[in-house]
Amino acid sequence: MSFLQLERVSVGFMRYEGIFRQHELGLLEDLSFGVGRGEIVALIGASGGGKSLLAHAIFGILPRNAVVNGTIRIDGSVLDDTHRNRVRGRRMALVPQSLSHLDPMTRCRKQIGWAGQRAGHPLDRRKTEALLARYGLDERAANAFPHELSGGMARRMMIAIATVGDPDLVVADEPTSGLDTEATGGILRHLRSLADAGKAVLLITHSLAEVLPFADRVAVMRGGRLEAIEPSDRFAGAGETLASPYARALWIALPQNAFTPGGAEC
Amino acid sequence: MSSHWPILVATRIVRLAFLLAAVAVVAFTLAKLSPVDPVNAYLGPAIAKVGPEQRELIARKWGLDQPATVQFGKWFHNVLSGDLGTSRTFNAPVADVLAKRVQASLPLMGMAWLLSGILGFTLGVVAGARPDTWTDRIIRTYAYVLASTPTFWLAIVLLVVFSVGLSLTPVCCAAPIGVLPEDVTLLERLHHLILPLIALTVLGVAQITLHTRAKMVEIMQSDFALYARAQGASLADVAVRHGARNAALPAITVLFASLGELFGGSILTEQVFAYPGLGQAAVQAGISGDVPLLLAVALCLTLVVSVGNTIADILYRVVDPRIGAVHDLEARP
Repeated sequence: MSFLQLERVSVGFMRYEGIFRQHELGLLEDLSFGVGRGEIVALIGASGGGKSLLAHAIFGILPRNAVVNGTIRIDGSVLDDTHRNRVRGRRMALVPQSLSHLDPMTRCRKQIGWAGQRAGHPLDRRKTEALLARYGLDERAANAFPHELSGGMARRMMIAIATVGDPDLVVADEPTSGLDTEATGGILRHLRSLADAGKAVLLITHSLAEVLPFADRVAVMRGGRLEAIEPSDRFAGAGETLASPYARALWIALPQNAFTPGGAEC
Repeated sequence: MSSHWPILVATRIVRLAFLLAAVAVVAFTLAKLSPVDPVNAYLGPAIAKVGPEQRELIARKWGLDQPATVQFGKWFHNVLSGDLGTSRTFNAPVADVLAKRVQASLPLMGMAWLLSGILGFTLGVVAGARPDTWTDRIIRTYAYVLASTPTFWLAIVLLVVFSVGLSLTPVCCAAPIGVLPEDVTLLERLHHLILPLIALTVLGVAQITLHTRAKMVEIMQSDFALYARAQGASLADVAVRHGARNAALPAITVLFASLGELFGGSILTEQVFAYPGLGQAAVQAGISGDVPLLLAVALCLTLVVSVGNTIADILYRVVDPRIGAVHDLEARP
Protein backbone atom coordinates (compact mmCIF):
# COMPACT_ATOMS: atom_id res chain seq x y z
CA MET A 1 0.00 0.00 0.00
CA SER A 2 1.18 3.51 -0.80
CA PHE A 3 2.26 5.86 1.96
CA LEU A 4 -0.68 8.19 1.27
CA GLN A 5 -3.78 6.30 0.24
CA LEU A 6 -7.08 7.96 -0.71
CA GLU A 7 -10.11 5.69 -0.81
CA ARG A 8 -13.28 7.13 -2.34
CA VAL A 9 -12.61 10.54 -0.85
CA SER A 10 -15.14 13.25 -1.52
CA VAL A 11 -15.30 16.82 -0.28
CA GLY A 12 -18.38 18.99 -0.26
CA PHE A 13 -19.89 21.94 1.53
CA MET A 14 -23.16 22.25 3.38
CA ARG A 15 -25.09 25.16 1.96
CA TYR A 16 -28.29 26.67 3.24
CA GLU A 17 -31.16 26.71 0.80
CA GLY A 18 -33.48 29.30 2.20
CA ILE A 19 -33.42 29.33 5.98
CA PHE A 20 -33.78 25.75 7.13
CA ARG A 21 -33.02 23.36 4.31
CA GLN A 22 -29.39 22.41 3.90
CA HIS A 23 -27.94 20.55 1.01
CA GLU A 24 -24.49 19.33 0.25
CA LEU A 25 -22.62 20.88 -2.62
CA GLY A 26 -20.13 18.30 -3.80
CA LEU A 27 -16.83 19.57 -5.21
CA LEU A 28 -14.56 16.54 -5.18
CA GLU A 29 -16.09 13.15 -5.73
CA ASP A 30 -14.86 9.64 -5.32
CA LEU A 31 -11.12 10.20 -5.47
CA SER A 32 -9.07 7.02 -5.06
CA PHE A 33 -5.34 6.96 -5.59
CA GLY A 34 -2.12 6.60 -3.69
CA VAL A 35 1.25 8.29 -3.44
CA GLY A 36 4.16 6.03 -2.60
CA ARG A 37 7.51 6.85 -1.04
CA GLY A 38 10.05 8.06 -3.56
CA GLU A 39 7.55 9.23 -6.15
CA ILE A 40 5.95 12.47 -7.20
CA VAL A 41 2.31 12.20 -8.14
CA ALA A 42 1.05 15.30 -9.92
CA LEU A 43 -2.64 16.05 -9.48
CA ILE A 44 -3.72 18.03 -12.52
CA GLY A 45 -6.98 19.89 -12.83
CA ALA A 46 -8.44 23.18 -13.89
CA SER A 47 -7.99 26.20 -11.64
CA GLY A 48 -10.87 26.60 -9.24
CA GLY A 49 -11.72 22.91 -9.59
CA GLY A 50 -11.19 22.18 -5.91
CA LYS A 51 -7.75 20.60 -6.05
CA SER A 52 -6.58 22.61 -3.07
CA LEU A 53 -9.55 21.29 -1.11
CA LEU A 54 -7.99 17.85 -1.22
CA ALA A 55 -4.80 19.17 0.36
CA HIS A 56 -6.83 20.99 3.00
CA ALA A 57 -8.89 17.85 3.64
CA ILE A 58 -5.73 15.80 4.22
CA PHE A 59 -4.46 18.37 6.72
CA GLY A 60 -7.84 18.93 8.33
CA ILE A 61 -7.96 22.67 7.72
CA LEU A 62 -11.19 22.91 5.73
CA PRO A 63 -13.86 25.38 6.85
CA ARG A 64 -16.34 24.09 9.38
CA ASN A 65 -19.18 23.58 6.93
CA ALA A 66 -17.09 21.22 4.81
CA VAL A 67 -17.98 17.53 4.68
CA VAL A 68 -15.31 14.94 3.94
CA ASN A 69 -16.28 11.37 3.15
CA GLY A 70 -14.18 8.34 2.35
CA THR A 71 -10.94 7.21 3.94
CA ILE A 72 -7.50 8.75 3.93
CA ARG A 73 -4.66 6.52 5.10
CA ILE A 74 -1.17 7.54 6.11
CA ASP A 75 1.28 4.66 6.21
CA GLY A 76 -1.62 2.24 6.49
CA SER A 77 -3.46 3.86 9.40
CA VAL A 78 -6.69 5.74 8.93
CA LEU A 79 -6.21 9.49 9.25
CA ASP A 80 -8.82 10.50 11.81
CA ASP A 81 -8.64 13.61 14.00
CA THR A 82 -6.43 12.09 16.69
CA HIS A 83 -4.08 10.46 14.23
CA ARG A 84 -3.94 13.66 12.19
CA ASN A 85 -2.89 15.64 15.26
CA ARG A 86 -0.04 13.20 15.76
CA VAL A 87 1.29 13.27 12.21
CA ARG A 88 0.65 16.85 11.11
CA GLY A 89 3.98 18.62 10.68
CA ARG A 90 5.86 15.51 11.78
CA ARG A 91 5.12 12.82 9.19
CA MET A 92 3.29 14.94 6.64
CA ALA A 93 3.77 18.57 5.71
CA LEU A 94 2.09 21.09 3.47
CA VAL A 95 3.69 23.57 1.10
CA PRO A 96 0.92 26.12 0.83
CA GLN A 97 -0.18 28.01 -2.22
CA SER A 98 0.49 31.65 -1.46
CA LEU A 99 2.44 34.11 0.60
CA SER A 100 -0.66 34.78 2.69
CA HIS A 101 0.05 31.52 4.51
CA LEU A 102 2.96 33.14 6.32
CA ASP A 103 2.22 35.39 9.28
CA PRO A 104 2.69 38.94 7.92
CA MET A 105 3.86 40.32 11.27
CA THR A 106 6.59 37.79 12.03
CA ARG A 107 10.07 37.44 10.59
CA CYS A 108 10.67 34.26 8.58
CA ARG A 109 13.39 33.02 10.94
CA LYS A 110 10.90 32.97 13.79
CA GLN A 111 8.26 31.22 11.72
CA ILE A 112 10.71 28.46 10.82
CA GLY A 113 11.57 28.15 14.50
CA TRP A 114 7.90 27.79 15.39
CA ALA A 115 7.39 25.19 12.67
CA GLY A 116 10.37 23.28 14.11
CA GLN A 117 8.86 23.30 17.60
CA ARG A 118 5.50 22.19 16.23
CA ALA A 119 7.14 19.33 14.38
CA GLY A 120 9.08 18.29 17.47
CA HIS A 121 12.39 19.33 15.85
CA PRO A 122 13.52 22.46 17.69
CA LEU A 123 16.08 24.33 15.60
CA ASP A 124 19.11 26.20 16.80
CA ARG A 125 20.69 28.95 14.72
CA ARG A 126 23.09 26.63 12.95
CA LYS A 127 20.41 24.14 11.96
CA THR A 128 18.20 26.94 10.66
CA GLU A 129 21.02 28.33 8.51
CA ALA A 130 21.75 24.85 7.15
CA LEU A 131 18.11 24.23 6.30
CA LEU A 132 17.76 27.61 4.57
CA ALA A 133 21.03 27.17 2.70
CA ARG A 134 19.68 23.94 1.23
CA TYR A 135 16.97 26.02 -0.46
CA GLY A 136 19.27 28.85 -1.47
CA LEU A 137 18.03 31.24 1.20
CA ASP A 138 20.47 33.49 3.01
CA GLU A 139 20.63 35.45 6.24
CA ARG A 140 18.70 38.34 4.73
CA ALA A 141 15.81 36.14 3.68
CA ALA A 142 15.72 34.62 7.16
CA ASN A 143 15.44 38.01 8.79
CA ALA A 144 12.89 39.32 6.29
CA PHE A 145 9.18 39.71 6.83
CA PRO A 146 7.15 37.59 4.39
CA HIS A 147 6.11 40.59 2.27
CA GLU A 148 9.76 41.39 1.65
CA LEU A 149 10.40 38.06 -0.09
CA SER A 150 10.10 37.57 -3.83
CA GLY A 151 7.62 34.97 -5.10
CA GLY A 152 10.31 32.36 -5.67
CA MET A 153 11.98 33.00 -2.33
CA ALA A 154 8.63 32.74 -0.56
CA ARG A 155 7.98 29.32 -2.13
CA ARG A 156 11.44 28.09 -1.18
CA MET A 157 10.87 29.46 2.32
CA MET A 158 7.63 27.49 2.54
CA ILE A 159 9.33 24.30 1.33
CA ALA A 160 12.00 24.86 3.97
CA ILE A 161 9.29 25.29 6.62
CA ALA A 162 7.51 22.16 5.38
CA THR A 163 10.65 20.03 5.57
CA VAL A 164 11.62 21.18 9.05
CA GLY A 165 10.25 18.03 10.68
CA ASP A 166 11.67 15.69 8.02
CA PRO A 167 8.19 14.47 6.99
CA ASP A 168 7.51 11.35 4.92
CA LEU A 169 4.80 13.01 2.89
CA VAL A 170 4.99 16.46 1.30
CA VAL A 171 1.87 17.93 -0.24
CA ALA A 172 2.69 20.93 -2.43
CA ASP A 173 -0.30 23.05 -3.37
CA GLU A 174 0.34 24.95 -6.64
CA PRO A 175 3.96 25.59 -5.67
CA THR A 176 4.85 27.12 -9.03
CA SER A 177 1.92 29.40 -9.85
CA GLY A 178 3.05 32.91 -10.63
CA LEU A 179 6.72 31.98 -10.97
CA ASP A 180 8.93 32.37 -14.05
CA THR A 181 10.37 29.33 -15.83
CA GLU A 182 13.66 29.44 -13.97
CA ALA A 183 12.12 29.70 -10.49
CA THR A 184 9.58 27.01 -11.42
CA GLY A 185 12.37 24.65 -12.41
CA GLY A 186 14.14 25.36 -9.13
CA ILE A 187 11.08 24.58 -7.05
CA LEU A 188 10.28 21.37 -8.94
CA ARG A 189 13.90 20.19 -8.68
CA HIS A 190 13.70 20.71 -4.90
CA LEU A 191 10.53 18.59 -4.78
CA ARG A 192 12.17 15.96 -6.99
CA SER A 193 15.11 15.72 -4.62
CA LEU A 194 12.71 15.25 -1.72
CA ALA A 195 11.10 12.34 -3.58
CA ASP A 196 14.51 10.93 -4.41
CA ALA A 197 15.31 11.06 -0.70
CA GLY A 198 12.43 8.63 -0.15
CA LYS A 199 9.53 10.95 0.58
CA ALA A 200 6.10 10.71 -0.96
CA VAL A 201 5.26 13.93 -2.82
CA LEU A 202 1.80 14.97 -3.91
CA LEU A 203 2.09 17.90 -6.30
CA ILE A 204 -1.11 19.79 -6.96
CA THR A 205 -0.96 21.89 -10.10
CA HIS A 206 -2.84 23.08 -13.17
CA SER A 207 0.13 23.02 -15.48
CA LEU A 208 0.80 19.64 -17.09
CA ALA A 209 3.76 20.75 -19.21
CA GLU A 210 5.67 22.14 -16.24
CA VAL A 211 5.51 19.09 -14.04
CA LEU A 212 5.84 16.26 -16.60
CA PRO A 213 9.66 16.17 -16.49
CA PHE A 214 9.58 15.82 -12.70
CA ALA A 215 6.52 13.72 -11.86
CA ASP A 216 6.37 9.93 -11.85
CA ARG A 217 2.65 9.69 -12.32
CA VAL A 218 -0.04 12.14 -13.29
CA ALA A 219 -3.55 12.03 -11.82
CA VAL A 220 -5.87 13.91 -14.17
CA MET A 221 -8.99 15.44 -12.67
CA ARG A 222 -12.05 16.53 -14.55
CA GLY A 223 -14.96 18.30 -12.92
CA GLY A 224 -14.18 17.10 -9.41
CA ARG A 225 -13.64 13.46 -10.44
CA LEU A 226 -10.50 11.53 -11.14
CA GLU A 227 -10.38 10.88 -14.86
CA ALA A 228 -7.21 8.84 -15.08
CA ILE A 229 -3.84 8.10 -13.54
CA GLU A 230 -1.11 7.82 -16.13
CA PRO A 231 2.64 7.28 -15.78
CA SER A 232 4.27 10.48 -16.97
CA ASP A 233 6.41 8.75 -19.61
CA ARG A 234 3.24 7.93 -21.53
CA PHE A 235 2.81 11.63 -22.26
CA ALA A 236 4.93 11.35 -25.38
CA GLY A 237 4.52 11.61 -29.12
CA ALA A 238 0.85 11.85 -29.99
CA GLY A 239 -0.07 10.24 -26.69
CA GLU A 240 -0.94 6.86 -28.29
CA THR A 241 -0.06 4.95 -25.12
CA LEU A 242 -2.26 7.06 -22.84
CA ALA A 243 -5.19 4.98 -21.62
CA SER A 244 -7.58 7.84 -21.11
CA PRO A 245 -8.87 9.82 -24.10
CA TYR A 246 -9.21 12.86 -21.87
CA ALA A 247 -5.55 12.70 -20.81
CA ARG A 248 -4.61 12.34 -24.47
CA ALA A 249 -6.71 15.36 -25.41
CA LEU A 250 -5.03 17.33 -22.62
CA TRP A 251 -1.59 16.28 -23.86
CA ILE A 252 -2.29 17.11 -27.47
CA ALA A 253 -3.69 20.50 -26.49
CA LEU A 254 -0.31 21.62 -25.13
CA PRO A 255 1.29 24.39 -27.21
CA GLN A 256 4.39 22.35 -28.05
CA ASN A 257 2.24 19.50 -29.42
CA ALA A 258 -0.50 19.57 -31.99
CA PHE A 259 -2.24 22.35 -30.06
CA THR A 260 -5.69 21.09 -30.92
CA PRO A 261 -8.12 22.07 -28.21
CA GLY A 262 -10.55 19.27 -29.08
CA GLY A 263 -12.45 18.33 -25.92
CA ALA A 264 -9.74 19.28 -23.44
CA GLU A 265 -11.83 21.60 -21.31
CA CYS A 266 -12.27 20.33 -17.82
CA MET B 1 12.06 55.23 7.88
CA SER B 2 13.78 57.16 10.69
CA SER B 3 14.05 60.33 8.59
CA HIS B 4 10.25 60.65 8.58
CA TRP B 5 9.83 60.89 12.31
CA PRO B 6 10.67 64.62 12.74
CA ILE B 7 8.24 65.56 9.95
CA LEU B 8 5.58 63.28 11.34
CA VAL B 9 5.89 64.64 14.85
CA ALA B 10 6.01 68.26 13.61
CA THR B 11 2.81 67.89 11.56
CA ARG B 12 1.13 66.27 14.52
CA ILE B 13 2.08 69.13 16.83
CA VAL B 14 0.89 71.81 14.39
CA ARG B 15 -2.37 69.92 13.90
CA LEU B 16 -2.79 69.57 17.64
CA ALA B 17 -2.30 73.34 18.13
CA PHE B 18 -5.04 74.10 15.60
CA LEU B 19 -7.29 71.51 17.18
CA LEU B 20 -6.82 73.02 20.65
CA ALA B 21 -7.59 76.52 19.33
CA ALA B 22 -10.74 75.27 17.59
CA VAL B 23 -11.89 73.41 20.70
CA ALA B 24 -11.29 76.55 22.79
CA VAL B 25 -13.46 78.64 20.44
CA VAL B 26 -16.28 76.09 20.34
CA ALA B 27 -16.20 75.44 24.09
CA PHE B 28 -16.18 79.17 24.84
CA THR B 29 -19.11 79.79 22.48
CA LEU B 30 -21.10 76.97 24.07
CA ALA B 31 -20.34 78.26 27.56
CA LYS B 32 -21.51 81.75 26.55
CA LEU B 33 -24.69 80.34 24.99
CA SER B 34 -25.50 78.33 28.11
CA PRO B 35 -28.41 79.63 30.19
CA VAL B 36 -26.33 79.46 33.36
CA ASP B 37 -25.58 82.96 34.60
CA PRO B 38 -22.19 82.94 36.35
CA VAL B 39 -23.15 85.69 38.79
CA ASN B 40 -26.37 83.96 39.83
CA ALA B 41 -24.59 80.64 40.14
CA TYR B 42 -21.89 82.29 42.24
CA LEU B 43 -24.36 83.94 44.58
CA GLY B 44 -26.52 80.86 45.01
CA PRO B 45 -29.16 81.30 47.74
CA ALA B 46 -27.67 84.71 48.58
CA ILE B 47 -29.20 86.02 45.38
CA ALA B 48 -32.22 87.38 47.27
CA LYS B 49 -30.02 89.72 49.30
CA VAL B 50 -28.17 91.25 46.38
CA GLY B 51 -29.50 94.17 44.41
CA PRO B 52 -29.06 94.74 40.66
CA GLU B 53 -26.38 97.39 41.26
CA GLN B 54 -24.24 95.00 43.26
CA ARG B 55 -24.69 92.29 40.63
CA GLU B 56 -23.54 94.70 37.98
CA LEU B 57 -20.53 95.51 40.10
CA ILE B 58 -19.59 91.84 40.33
CA ALA B 59 -20.11 91.38 36.61
CA ARG B 60 -17.90 94.39 35.86
CA LYS B 61 -15.22 93.14 38.21
CA TRP B 62 -15.20 89.79 36.39
CA GLY B 63 -15.18 91.51 33.02
CA LEU B 64 -18.58 90.07 32.08
CA ASP B 65 -19.81 93.48 30.88
CA GLN B 66 -17.44 93.38 27.93
CA PRO B 67 -18.33 91.78 24.56
CA ALA B 68 -17.75 88.01 24.34
CA THR B 69 -15.02 88.42 21.71
CA VAL B 70 -13.04 90.71 23.98
CA GLN B 71 -13.47 88.25 26.85
CA PHE B 72 -12.26 85.40 24.70
CA GLY B 73 -9.35 87.43 23.37
CA LYS B 74 -8.19 88.24 26.88
CA TRP B 75 -8.54 84.65 28.01
CA PHE B 76 -6.73 83.35 24.94
CA HIS B 77 -3.90 85.82 25.43
CA ASN B 78 -3.55 84.78 29.06
CA VAL B 79 -3.53 81.10 28.18
CA LEU B 80 -0.79 81.64 25.63
CA SER B 81 1.31 83.26 28.33
CA GLY B 82 0.65 80.29 30.60
CA ASP B 83 -2.09 81.71 32.83
CA LEU B 84 -5.25 79.58 32.81
CA GLY B 85 -7.15 82.06 34.95
CA THR B 86 -8.93 81.70 38.28
CA SER B 87 -11.68 79.24 39.10
CA ARG B 88 -14.55 81.00 40.86
CA THR B 89 -16.05 77.74 42.03
CA PHE B 90 -12.97 76.66 43.93
CA ASN B 91 -11.60 80.15 44.54
CA ALA B 92 -8.16 79.08 43.36
CA PRO B 93 -6.04 79.33 40.21
CA VAL B 94 -7.32 76.94 37.53
CA ALA B 95 -3.88 75.37 37.20
CA ASP B 96 -3.88 74.44 40.88
CA VAL B 97 -7.41 73.01 40.72
CA LEU B 98 -6.49 71.00 37.63
CA ALA B 99 -3.29 69.68 39.21
CA LYS B 100 -5.12 68.56 42.35
CA ARG B 101 -7.97 66.95 40.40
CA VAL B 102 -5.69 65.19 37.94
CA GLN B 103 -3.79 63.78 40.89
CA ALA B 104 -6.99 62.20 42.17
CA SER B 105 -8.28 61.10 38.76
CA LEU B 106 -5.06 59.77 37.29
CA PRO B 107 -4.81 56.60 39.42
CA LEU B 108 -8.49 55.91 38.86
CA MET B 109 -8.53 56.48 35.10
CA GLY B 110 -5.08 55.06 34.50
CA MET B 111 -5.77 51.83 36.33
CA ALA B 112 -9.24 51.49 34.81
CA TRP B 113 -7.71 52.00 31.40
CA LEU B 114 -4.97 49.42 31.89
CA LEU B 115 -7.24 46.86 33.55
CA SER B 116 -9.95 47.16 30.92
CA GLY B 117 -7.28 46.78 28.25
CA ILE B 118 -5.72 43.66 29.75
CA LEU B 119 -9.00 42.07 30.78
CA GLY B 120 -10.81 42.95 27.58
CA PHE B 121 -8.00 41.72 25.37
CA THR B 122 -7.68 38.42 27.23
CA LEU B 123 -11.42 37.78 27.11
CA GLY B 124 -11.51 38.71 23.42
CA VAL B 125 -8.66 36.34 22.56
CA VAL B 126 -10.23 33.46 24.50
CA ALA B 127 -13.65 34.04 22.95
CA GLY B 128 -12.40 34.57 19.40
CA ALA B 129 -10.06 31.57 19.42
CA ARG B 130 -13.03 29.20 19.41
CA PRO B 131 -16.05 31.06 18.08
CA ASP B 132 -19.54 29.75 18.86
CA THR B 133 -18.41 27.49 21.68
CA TRP B 134 -19.90 27.92 25.14
CA THR B 135 -16.92 29.93 26.36
CA ASP B 136 -17.39 32.30 23.46
CA ARG B 137 -21.13 32.59 24.04
CA ILE B 138 -20.72 33.35 27.73
CA ILE B 139 -18.02 35.96 27.13
CA ARG B 140 -20.01 37.52 24.29
CA THR B 141 -23.21 37.73 26.31
CA TYR B 142 -21.26 39.23 29.19
CA ALA B 143 -19.74 41.83 26.86
CA TYR B 144 -23.08 42.72 25.26
CA VAL B 145 -24.72 43.15 28.66
CA LEU B 146 -21.84 45.31 29.86
CA ALA B 147 -21.81 47.36 26.68
CA SER B 148 -25.47 48.22 27.14
CA THR B 149 -25.21 48.98 30.87
CA PRO B 150 -25.23 52.69 31.74
CA THR B 151 -22.19 53.54 33.87
CA PHE B 152 -24.06 55.57 36.45
CA TRP B 153 -26.56 52.74 36.95
CA LEU B 154 -23.80 50.20 37.42
CA ALA B 155 -22.10 52.55 39.87
CA ILE B 156 -25.32 52.88 41.88
CA VAL B 157 -25.83 49.10 41.90
CA LEU B 158 -22.25 48.61 43.13
CA LEU B 159 -22.82 51.17 45.88
CA VAL B 160 -26.09 49.57 46.95
CA VAL B 161 -24.63 46.07 47.04
CA PHE B 162 -21.10 46.54 48.39
CA SER B 163 -21.30 49.75 50.40
CA VAL B 164 -24.84 49.81 51.71
CA GLY B 165 -25.72 46.11 51.76
CA LEU B 166 -22.44 44.41 52.60
CA SER B 167 -20.66 47.43 54.13
CA LEU B 168 -17.44 46.29 52.49
CA THR B 169 -16.57 49.54 50.77
CA PRO B 170 -16.96 53.24 51.59
CA VAL B 171 -19.98 55.14 50.28
CA CYS B 172 -18.17 58.15 48.91
CA CYS B 173 -15.12 60.25 48.35
CA ALA B 174 -11.45 59.49 47.84
CA ALA B 175 -10.59 59.34 51.54
CA PRO B 176 -12.37 58.89 54.89
CA ILE B 177 -14.40 61.93 55.91
CA GLY B 178 -12.94 64.05 58.67
CA VAL B 179 -9.38 62.88 58.16
CA LEU B 180 -6.73 65.38 57.14
CA PRO B 181 -5.38 64.72 53.62
CA GLU B 182 -1.84 64.17 54.94
CA ASP B 183 -3.06 61.50 57.38
CA VAL B 184 -4.77 59.32 54.74
CA THR B 185 -2.95 56.02 54.24
CA LEU B 186 -2.38 54.32 50.90
CA LEU B 187 -4.62 51.46 51.98
CA GLU B 188 -7.47 53.86 52.70
CA ARG B 189 -7.00 55.46 49.31
CA LEU B 190 -7.14 52.09 47.57
CA HIS B 191 -10.18 51.13 49.62
CA HIS B 192 -11.98 54.20 48.33
CA LEU B 193 -10.75 53.56 44.81
CA ILE B 194 -12.11 50.02 44.44
CA LEU B 195 -15.73 50.68 43.51
CA PRO B 196 -15.16 53.59 41.10
CA LEU B 197 -12.38 51.54 39.55
CA ILE B 198 -14.63 48.53 39.02
CA ALA B 199 -17.40 50.67 37.56
CA LEU B 200 -15.04 52.40 35.15
CA THR B 201 -13.11 49.25 34.19
CA VAL B 202 -16.22 47.26 33.44
CA LEU B 203 -17.32 50.02 31.06
CA GLY B 204 -14.13 49.75 29.00
CA VAL B 205 -13.85 45.94 29.00
CA ALA B 206 -16.87 45.27 26.80
CA GLN B 207 -15.67 47.32 23.87
CA ILE B 208 -12.15 45.92 23.83
CA THR B 209 -13.46 42.38 24.22
CA LEU B 210 -15.86 42.64 21.28
CA HIS B 211 -13.29 44.32 19.03
CA THR B 212 -10.59 41.78 19.89
CA ARG B 213 -13.00 38.88 19.47
CA ALA B 214 -14.05 40.01 16.00
CA LYS B 215 -10.41 40.40 14.96
CA MET B 216 -9.50 37.01 16.45
CA VAL B 217 -12.29 35.23 14.57
CA GLU B 218 -10.98 36.76 11.35
CA ILE B 219 -7.36 35.83 12.11
CA MET B 220 -8.20 32.26 13.10
CA GLN B 221 -9.76 31.84 9.63
CA SER B 222 -6.78 33.38 7.87
CA ASP B 223 -4.42 31.44 5.65
CA PHE B 224 -1.50 31.74 8.05
CA ALA B 225 -3.54 30.43 10.98
CA LEU B 226 -4.68 27.46 8.88
CA TYR B 227 -1.11 26.83 7.78
CA ALA B 228 0.03 26.86 11.41
CA ARG B 229 -2.61 24.20 12.11
CA ALA B 230 -1.29 22.19 9.16
CA GLN B 231 2.18 22.42 10.73
CA GLY B 232 0.78 20.65 13.76
CA ALA B 233 0.21 23.69 15.96
CA SER B 234 -2.35 23.36 18.71
CA LEU B 235 -5.25 25.77 18.88
CA ALA B 236 -3.67 27.56 21.85
CA ASP B 237 -0.40 27.87 19.91
CA VAL B 238 -2.18 29.49 16.94
CA ALA B 239 -4.31 31.69 19.21
CA VAL B 240 -1.30 33.08 21.07
CA ARG B 241 1.43 33.23 18.43
CA HIS B 242 -0.66 34.33 15.48
CA GLY B 243 -4.00 35.41 16.95
CA ALA B 244 -3.01 37.50 19.95
CA ARG B 245 0.02 39.04 18.22
CA ASN B 246 -1.98 40.14 15.22
CA ALA B 247 -5.03 41.18 17.24
CA ALA B 248 -2.95 43.25 19.68
CA LEU B 249 -2.59 46.20 17.34
CA PRO B 250 -6.29 46.81 16.67
CA ALA B 251 -6.95 46.29 20.38
CA ILE B 252 -4.35 48.90 21.33
CA THR B 253 -5.83 51.32 18.81
CA VAL B 254 -9.30 50.88 20.26
CA LEU B 255 -7.86 51.28 23.73
CA PHE B 256 -6.20 54.59 22.87
CA ALA B 257 -9.22 55.78 20.91
CA SER B 258 -11.46 54.99 23.88
CA LEU B 259 -9.70 57.54 26.10
CA GLY B 260 -12.48 60.04 25.41
CA GLU B 261 -15.12 57.54 26.45
CA LEU B 262 -13.13 56.71 29.55
CA PHE B 263 -13.22 60.37 30.51
CA GLY B 264 -16.96 60.51 29.84
CA GLY B 265 -17.40 57.47 32.04
CA SER B 266 -15.25 58.99 34.75
CA ILE B 267 -17.53 62.05 34.91
CA LEU B 268 -20.50 59.79 35.68
CA THR B 269 -18.60 57.51 38.03
CA GLU B 270 -16.96 60.31 39.98
CA GLN B 271 -20.32 62.01 40.26
CA VAL B 272 -22.01 58.92 41.73
CA PHE B 273 -19.17 58.12 44.13
CA ALA B 274 -18.54 61.80 44.96
CA TYR B 275 -14.95 61.14 44.00
CA PRO B 276 -13.10 64.48 43.83
CA GLY B 277 -11.55 64.01 40.41
CA LEU B 278 -11.36 65.84 37.11
CA GLY B 279 -14.79 64.62 35.97
CA GLN B 280 -16.51 65.95 39.03
CA ALA B 281 -14.70 69.27 38.66
CA ALA B 282 -15.96 69.50 35.08
CA VAL B 283 -19.55 68.99 36.23
CA GLN B 284 -19.22 71.62 38.95
CA ALA B 285 -17.61 74.06 36.53
CA GLY B 286 -20.48 73.52 34.10
CA ILE B 287 -23.20 73.98 36.69
CA SER B 288 -21.73 77.16 38.13
CA GLY B 289 -20.74 78.72 34.82
CA ASP B 290 -17.06 78.62 35.76
CA VAL B 291 -15.84 79.25 32.21
CA PRO B 292 -12.07 79.30 32.83
CA LEU B 293 -12.15 75.93 34.58
CA LEU B 294 -14.53 74.43 32.04
CA LEU B 295 -12.34 75.53 29.14
CA ALA B 296 -9.22 74.24 30.89
CA VAL B 297 -10.85 70.84 31.43
CA ALA B 298 -11.99 70.73 27.80
CA LEU B 299 -8.50 71.57 26.55
CA CYS B 300 -6.98 69.03 28.91
CA LEU B 301 -9.31 66.33 27.60
CA THR B 302 -8.65 67.29 23.98
CA LEU B 303 -4.95 67.04 24.61
CA VAL B 304 -5.20 63.60 26.22
CA VAL B 305 -7.50 62.13 23.55
CA SER B 306 -5.51 63.59 20.67
CA VAL B 307 -2.19 62.44 22.08
CA GLY B 308 -3.74 59.02 22.67
CA ASN B 309 -4.77 58.75 19.03
CA THR B 310 -1.35 59.89 17.89
CA ILE B 311 0.30 57.24 20.03
CA ALA B 312 -1.97 54.62 18.46
CA ASP B 313 -0.94 55.81 14.99
CA ILE B 314 2.74 55.75 15.84
CA LEU B 315 2.43 52.30 17.42
CA TYR B 316 0.96 51.03 14.18
CA ARG B 317 4.03 52.24 12.33
CA VAL B 318 6.40 50.75 14.86
CA VAL B 319 4.71 47.38 15.27
CA ASP B 320 3.39 46.58 11.80
CA PRO B 321 6.33 46.05 9.44
CA ARG B 322 4.16 46.51 6.36
CA ILE B 323 3.16 50.10 7.12
CA GLY B 324 6.76 51.20 7.55
CA ALA B 325 7.70 49.49 4.30
CA VAL B 326 4.97 51.23 2.31
CA HIS B 327 6.16 54.50 3.74
CA ASP B 328 9.69 53.69 2.64
CA LEU B 329 8.68 52.95 -0.92
CA GLU B 330 6.66 56.14 -1.19
CA ALA B 331 9.54 58.21 0.05
CA ARG B 332 12.02 56.87 -2.46
CA PRO B 333 12.56 59.05 -5.54
